[in-house]
Amino acid sequence: MTIYRSHVLVCGGTPCVLKGARTLKDLLLKEIERYQLSDEIRVVETGCLGPCDDGPVLIVYPEGAMYSKLKPTDILKIVEHHLLKGRIVEELVFRERKSSAGALQGSAVPLEQEKYLSLQKRVVLRNCGRINPDSIDEYIANNGYLALGQAVTTLTSDQVVKIVADSKLQGRGGAGFPTGLKWSFTAKTTSDQKYIICNADEGEPGTFKDRLIMEGDPHGIIEGMAIAGYAVGASQGIIYIRGEYGLSIERMKNAIKQATDYGLLGKKILGTEFNFEIDVRSGAGAYVCGEETALIESLEGNRGEPRVKPPFPGIAGLWGKPTIVNNVETLANIAPIILNGPEWFRSIGTENCPGTKVFTMLGDINNQGLVEVPMGITLREIVYEVGGGIPGGRGFKMAQTGGTSGGCLPSEFLDMPMDYDTLSKVGSALGSGAMLIIDDTHCIVDVLKSFMKFFCHESCGKCTPCREGTTRLYEIVLALSEGTATDTEIQLLKELSGAMQLSALCGLGQSAPNSLLTCLNFFADEFQAHLNGQCPSGICKNLTIESEAV
Amino acid sequence: MEMVKVTVDNQQVEVPKGSTILEAAKKVGIKIPTLCYHEDLDVKAMCRICVVEVVGARTLQAACSQPVSDGMVIITNSPAVRRARKINLELLLSNHPQDCLNCVRNQRCELQSLADQLGVQQQRFRPKTKTKSPRDESTAALIRDPEKCILCRRCVEVCHQVQSVGAISPANRGIDTEIAPAGGVDLNDVACVQCGQCSLVCPVGAIYEQDHTERVWSALADSSKHVVVQTAPAIRVSIGEEFGLEPGQVSTGKLVAALRRLGFARVFDTDFTADLTIIEEGHELLERLNKGGTLPMITSCSPGWIKFIEHFYPEYLAHLSTCKSPQQMFGALAKTYYAEKTGIDPKDIYVVSIMPCTAKKYECGRPEMTDSGYADVDAALTTRELAKMIRLAGIDFASLPEEEYDAPLGISTGAAVIFGASGGVMEAALRTVYEVVTEETLASVDFKAVRGLEGIKEAEVDLKGTKVKVAVANGLGNARKLMDLIKEGKADYQFIEIMCCPGGCIGGGGQPIPTTNAIREKRIKAIYDADLGLPLRKSHENPAVKTLYEEFLKKPLGEKSHHLLHTDYTKRGKYPEAANR
Amino acid sequence: MTVTSCNIQKPNLGEVIEKYKEFPGSLLDLLHEVQEIDGYLSRDVMQQIAEGLGISESKVYGVATFYSLFKTAPTGQFIIRICESAPCHIRGAQEVLEAIEETLGIKPGETTLDGKFTLEFTSCLGLCGVAPAIMINDQVYGNLTSDRVKEVLLNF
Repeated sequence: MTIYRSHVLVCGGTPCVLKGARTLKDLLLKEIERYQLSDEIRVVETGCLGPCDDGPVLIVYPEGAMYSKLKPTDILKIVEHHLLKGRIVEELVFRERKSSAGALQGSAVPLEQEKYLSLQKRVVLRNCGRINPDSIDEYIANNGYLALGQAVTTLTSDQVVKIVADSKLQGRGGAGFPTGLKWSFTAKTTSDQKYIICNADEGEPGTFKDRLIMEGDPHGIIEGMAIAGYAVGASQGIIYIRGEYGLSIERMKNAIKQATDYGLLGKKILGTEFNFEIDVRSGAGAYVCGEETALIESLEGNRGEPRVKPPFPGIAGLWGKPTIVNNVETLANIAPIILNGPEWFRSIGTENCPGTKVFTMLGDINNQGLVEVPMGITLREIVYEVGGGIPGGRGFKMAQTGGTSGGCLPSEFLDMPMDYDTLSKVGSALGSGAMLIIDDTHCIVDVLKSFMKFFCHESCGKCTPCREGTTRLYEIVLALSEGTATDTEIQLLKELSGAMQLSALCGLGQSAPNSLLTCLNFFADEFQAHLNGQCPSGICKNLTIESEAV
Repeated sequence: MEMVKVTVDNQQVEVPKGSTILEAAKKVGIKIPTLCYHEDLDVKAMCRICVVEVVGARTLQAACSQPVSDGMVIITNSPAVRRARKINLELLLSNHPQDCLNCVRNQRCELQSLADQLGVQQQRFRPKTKTKSPRDESTAALIRDPEKCILCRRCVEVCHQVQSVGAISPANRGIDTEIAPAGGVDLNDVACVQCGQCSLVCPVGAIYEQDHTERVWSALADSSKHVVVQTAPAIRVSIGEEFGLEPGQVSTGKLVAALRRLGFARVFDTDFTADLTIIEEGHELLERLNKGGTLPMITSCSPGWIKFIEHFYPEYLAHLSTCKSPQQMFGALAKTYYAEKTGIDPKDIYVVSIMPCTAKKYECGRPEMTDSGYADVDAALTTRELAKMIRLAGIDFASLPEEEYDAPLGISTGAAVIFGASGGVMEAALRTVYEVVTEETLASVDFKAVRGLEGIKEAEVDLKGTKVKVAVANGLGNARKLMDLIKEGKADYQFIEIMCCPGGCIGGGGQPIPTTNAIREKRIKAIYDADLGLPLRKSHENPAVKTLYEEFLKKPLGEKSHHLLHTDYTKRGKYPEAANR
Repeated sequence: MTVTSCNIQKPNLGEVIEKYKEFPGSLLDLLHEVQEIDGYLSRDVMQQIAEGLGISESKVYGVATFYSLFKTAPTGQFIIRICESAPCHIRGAQEVLEAIEETLGIKPGETTLDGKFTLEFTSCLGLCGVAPAIMINDQVYGNLTSDRVKEVLLNF
């Protein structure tokens, strides 16, 4: 292998590509060529580096200097000063922004010292942005497929299940079900065929972690799936990727091909009796297919409508065979757990919810993008430290945790630890890890309108409470924003929400009212104002602003 | 059987492992309200009306689908349960027309009954603003009204799983979901056989038959018309249910009496032409056996089945008997033989048939069914429509006297009665064919192997050295299995009876609602009771049929028979309207 | 690109059906690939698929109308999918929508008279990092404002 003096990692995540990263990369290569540095400097396009809002970004190693918000002229400077002369171009270095939005301070400190990264702990994203996702060699060079090798050659299936169970890893798709327990049910079931399905039908609004993991480290998922297959006795894996994720589909297919060529997938893996193959299948635009039984229906060529449980997929899933459905992020945790052991994993995060969590920070926050932090980090740390605070120094109004199906938390919850247990206790959810930060210029009713419309659009229509209920919720919220809602309708809203949570067939309908109920609880005044024909934020067009009305 | 102990509303009960909460509750005398649930179908857990509390579960569970486990504690009536059920029902009602009074199912609607049971007394949600697809009246037999549909999907289940027709499916998503034919086109433009099994399971008025009662009332009121009526074999064992009688009772005499009171000039019996069908079809079978005709020969009494084979197996039409159905033979004879005999101008004769079937409405409108020179049958009413007329006329059905059919087209045998149940045509044919071929009298006329609800039945009969292998299928899903065997060249039968509807005509799409498999069993028993109670039980012994041949037809498969009683079929294909695009 | 060259590159319906018919559950994959041919799934096409897979046409139609990426009627040459989920909503999706409506003179669910654009809503595209975002056919556009989206549309 050639030794390079420097590695330049250009972020190839979709947000950066949208902002012209590919053009910059071409220019970079041309400039390196021009200075005849091609033998010394290697340019690699990687998965997402995280601070999407500040794209395009690139990192130069070994210094670890991250440059952000790049323009073509910046590339010329970086090549000339940093790559040629070895001097970091300080004015281009990415910096944590202060909520005070004051002048940027500080010198070009190495990347690891930036606050943005200091709170992060990269397990799932260990390789994202550090290796070329299209190269299995780079993955292997970073201990890739070591865990699979260890599992199939030195551990029994039961031991693998036990390690995962002991790690207390919980499903990262939203519900937080213990992964080891899920695997143990299927491992115990006898069947001629079992399936491992990787759920990559990421559709929760505000969530794009799975896409970035697939784009940034596809082999991490493949390795996790193969280990799962070994653990429960499955020989067939399927990755179900939402149809809109073109690049993810491409990356995963390429990675599967490479792994198959290397004998890490296929028959007699690493010379053992273990066989495992993976297919990539894609969805066609239906959020509900993120629900595991709807996903299975979709894989069978049907309308993506959830099934009645029981039987649970672990016992009778795809084609009636025992089937594990795990989220992308869950599977990306498997190899590190096997390599480092369950105690290591439990040492991260909280006692009941160990490990890290990938969060997407969105909305009114300075550092929009992806971060991986230990479980139990507080909302305040996410918003004001990792997230760099709220733009323009505006006030924090609420955070919706867990995507559109999660609840909304006002400022009194800023110091609450973010983990599955704590959030479900207050009527919210950690869910997929989407954190939508909303500042005090927004109107609760207006935001809820958007939440509720989403569920109308995505309800599958199978069960009554969700099909009819989502539409009714939206209608009443719409009426509130137009000033035509009544007191009794607020009461009805509560009653309907309760019935949906208790009686809808699947998680979609059960969680659709979460945001509404938490808002009704925490922002009662604002609802009352709308009933009185006033929108305190001045967003709802037909209504007056309170202060003017008085 | 492994049993589990559960507690339902503080009552301990032991039920077989795998039982649902619904079944366990029933055992302690609690009838959990249901809506999408149907005892014969797989549809489950969609309406969320039957939800109950299971102690320890985070959410409410659907009683119709949730299996019990040992030690489970179930609460079927708690504030949370009542609230959720009521809200879910209110949601359905809020997206449903508020015109019960004008609905075909008024007072016999499952949604309406539930609203009463669950105490819905006001409409709390705003009136709906979104409209659904318009009412589809395109077919001869059925009307679909998407506005009334509550998306329970029983019709879809019946159409796909039971009948294997697949004319309708859920389309679109969420609040826009509708049950629709492919492409959202009219039902008449897809391969629907109009069997009406969907109308039988619909809990509301979203699929129902085309109403022919008005035209019958008009004909009855027209003094220039001589209105005669024929009743199908299966009506006598089901009509009583419309008036509160227990399923399984034979009401032949009351049925005749009711029709007479409605003003029909003559009350005849389709059983007469059922006997005639046996003579014609029996001879056709013998001819095919002797002369090397297309075998197996398949019966042609069931218009839903005829439409099915025309759509799905058009290359196999030569297997069908050319005999018209008894309804159509009756119509053709009423306007020829009967007209001649009575001297009534056939243009003034108006033939009404009472059928357990919706497809009969389609059949009597087929263009080839005019061999008498007129529409052979003018109106085909379902059992339900007849009941509606009897109610409208204020006739107290239960207290009617027993009366007899009119001669000659009302004279029949037990062989004709059993046409009403799956296997009946086969049994009736065997009774006749055996005696015609062997010239011996059957020791026992009962061919029990072909009776009952089982989907496909087989038997072998020894006709003095010639073995005849027969098969009987009921329900189109089973018919499809037999057709696929024929297609693969694996069917070694000589004669096959196929009835479109599960259980045969006693389970027809025009029968009283509800028609469940349990009720079908009772009607089947009644059919064989009626057969047993008749002095004549073989079609070839029917004296009126003998006279018909002597006076009019001359001989089976003769020229007149061919003209009036036989027909041919049309290749329709699966995509009937594709050519028009 | 001329019409002829387009036809050469397009998959052949019969071949696509042949390719998938042995794989149980492949209806979605099949519909994806077949939709490439005409840009939508016509009745004729759905009937041939039903025939090939041995399932009812109503089922094919039921599946095709369930998923938002499948079209059962002709659409414009370019489908503009505008994200209406919360992260885009609070970053000005409404403004972007209004700009598109104004520029093209169509509302969501409609197609321009010249058949060039169809506008429709979509749920989250996972492009929240650059909200508000839209997709035009396979191409994504983010960080939009009313001016920027007008610029984007001008390039078509």
